[in-house]
Amino acid sequence: YAWDTNEEYLFKAMVAFTMRRYSSKTTTQISNVLLCNVTDRVSFWFVVTDSTKNTTTVPGSEVEAAIRMNRNRINNAFLLSDKTLQFLKIPSTLAPPVEPSTPVWLIVFGVVLCLIVAGIVFLVVAGIQQRKKKNKESTERENLEEKGEVTITIENGIPCETLDLKAGHINGVFSADDERFTSL
Amino acid sequence: VDMPPEAPKEDSRPKWDNKFQYILSCIGFAVGLGNVWRFPYLCQIHGGGAFLIPYFIALIFEGIPLLHLELALGQCLRKGSISAWSAISPYLGGVGVGSWMVSVLVSLYYNTVLTWVMWYFINSFQEPLPWSVCPLNENRTGLNEECYESTAVNYFWYRKTLNITPNITESGTLQWWLVLCLAACWAIVYLCTIRGIETTGKAIYVTAIFPYLVLTIFLIHGLTLPGATEGLAYLFTPDLNVLKNPRVWLDAATQIFFSLSLAFGGLIAFSSYNPPKNDCEKDAVTVAIVNSLTSLYASIPVFSVLGFKATTGYWDCLDRNIISIINEFDLPEQSIMRENYTDWITFLNSSYPEKIAGLKLKSCDLQEFLDQSVSGSGLAFIVFTQAIILMPGSQAWAILFFTMLFSLGLSSMFGNIEGVFTPLLELQIISKSIPKELLSGIICLVSFLIALCFTLSSGSYWIDIFDRYAGSVPLLVIAFFEVTGVVYVYKIKRFSEDVKWMTGRKLNLYWQITWRFISPLLLLIVFVAFVALQIQKPPTYTAWNPKHEDFPMKEEKAYPPWVEAICVLLAVLPCIFVPLVALFQLVKKMWRSKDPSFLSPEVFSCQEVNR
Repeated sequence: YAWDTNEEYLFKAMVAFTMRRYSSKTTTQISNVLLCNVTDRVSFWFVVTDSTKNTTTVPGSEVEAAIRMNRNRINNAFLLSDKTLQFLKIPSTLAPPVEPSTPVWLIVFGVVLCLIVAGIVFLVVAGIQQRKKKNKESTERENLEEKGEVTITIENGIPCETLDLKAGHINGVFSADDERFTSL
Repeated sequence: VDMPPEAPKEDSRPKWDNKFQYILSCIGFAVGLGNVWRFPYLCQIHGGGAFLIPYFIALIFEGIPLLHLELALGQCLRKGSISAWSAISPYLGGVGVGSWMVSVLVSLYYNTVLTWVMWYFINSFQEPLPWSVCPLNENRTGLNEECYESTAVNYFWYRKTLNITPNITESGTLQWWLVLCLAACWAIVYLCTIRGIETTGKAIYVTAIFPYLVLTIFLIHGLTLPGATEGLAYLFTPDLNVLKNPRVWLDAATQIFFSLSLAFGGLIAFSSYNPPKNDCEKDAVTVAIVNSLTSLYASIPVFSVLGFKATTGYWDCLDRNIISIINEFDLPEQSIMRENYTDWITFLNSSYPEKIAGLKLKSCDLQEFLDQSVSGSGLAFIVFTQAIILMPGSQAWAILFFTMLFSLGLSSMFGNIEGVFTPLLELQIISKSIPKELLSGIICLVSFLIALCFTLSSGSYWIDIFDRYAGSVPLLVIAFFEVTGVVYVYKIKRFSEDVKWMTGRKLNLYWQITWRFISPLLLLIVFVAFVALQIQKPPTYTAWNPKHEDFPMKEEKAYPPWVEAICVLLAVLPCIFVPLVALFQLVKKMWRSKDPSFLSPEVFSCQEVNR
């Protein structure tokens, strides 16, 4: 927006409002605020006069304190910020940064760590289960080998498992263990 | 009844699920952080496009032959680095031990770099990004002084992340946030390498492919940023005069060598899990070319973003000058723009020279901003983070960037850990009953405890030392002995036969010439030049000292003698195993030759192992 006399009027109104709020005097009028040396840059000097004390100017420190208190209202009236609306000799007070109770990064870290630990536990448990299964299989095979029933070999194309010795007939001629050795 | 013959022992050795996994693992190992933050820097300081000439010459005469040698060796012998070199010749066992030692040292500090990446990653979820604003000082009257004098990005890196001390002798304390991140990083490494290549083979699909996606996203976004074209022009404009400088050739040779992750033993470990009849020649050429193309591809988004950053800095400089001029001369608001700034300056300088001089305007030069070249961690954590703040949607870009860096580093870590893990699995000392999960757990735990040193306040100085001394000279020495060992001790004729058996093709002239003469010679020259350069001046480091008079410039300091001794130890320790083991074997042989019943071991041949 362009800076014209209407904007100047608004500025005077804001300064008057500020002085009223600060000193709680209801006597400051818009006509008490005087602007001078207005340049194209849009920079100017202004003073606030005090009509109760015969046109003396309000001390600068008072004006500075008043403006500091209501800075954001003045900024908002003009849709500007501390950077774009500068009052020389009034530095802006810095807002403290918002600190959440737990730093955000700790939360993210917690999430990441939980995922990792879950993954590790899952893999380790899966590994242990796989190893147990392999151990059970190998012990089963060992037990079967001890009983003499070889599960792998194939005799004449017929797997030995089908040749279940219990189902067959025992040839008495060959299995007379107790008579194998002639007694002394 | 005849039992069918026992299944050959090779089947109990783990193997890759498919060839793609193997290639991806090799590529992931080779493509690491250096492709992103070292290659573009070298391109920039060594004459842009002209640097590609020595780079590709080094690739053809040094990179590809050495890579093929390692892959063929591992595939033929089907053992990790220590056992493989002992099998080639007992006197060369030290080469394997040396490369195992280097893998251990590099794994330690490399994962700490990933810790920093993870720290930045978990801090990227905040609004605003913590490295974009300076914190307030104690009485809230102004900004923190250290931050105000340097930049918010520098402050976050040196103070909030590293909490760095002004010199290396002051160790400071363990930084608990870094310890937490270090534990998380080693837990991730453990999770992925828990069963060796069974698990890394699955993880590599993500960690090797994801960076390419992110690089493409950054490429597209980077090219749309203002100032990108200036950055790219600056990067690629060739300056052929640099080719006269031998330093450029040395940098090209070392960059190719370290970029391909040769002599770590990791590549030997990877290819040892291959089926014996595999075309290792094609694999080597593929991996090397993909690695170099990735470097080139990565430098485009990096330099677009750097050009954007330089342009933004230049505009800020101009804007600050314009504001002071407008305030001084009370000119209307939009009278001076960036385009007519120079006209206005000349006009005002001729009419009111004293006023202009009184304003003390800073001279704004785009070239100066572009010239601020950084490599290494400075590029990622200072320069790039600053550029990210300037982009809209900074959180998303930061998260993408740091996950990309993390995947790049993680896939390289897989190769490093495999170089440590596989030889240990094959040592007789480790009994067969120890499950793989336990061994990898022990490796990760011990590495974590040792790497705690790097989380001290002076940790980053130590990481620089490890990077400069443990990760450079020993590799050159080991690679030299690798090539000469295979070519002259194992004899190249035998090796050619082995490679022919594996690939089905005779070795052509290119491999014969490079393996026999060019590569060993190049390695020797590079090693001598590298060491000569290091010895020329006493080693110094730059320290971050807020009390320094030139702050925020870093202070250059010399290493104290005990630190120099550690540097020498780091460089010499892996190399010393080569002569030590050879001597040990010689003594053993002389001892054994006195025993008449002792039969000398048969001449070893690669093909007999696999027949």
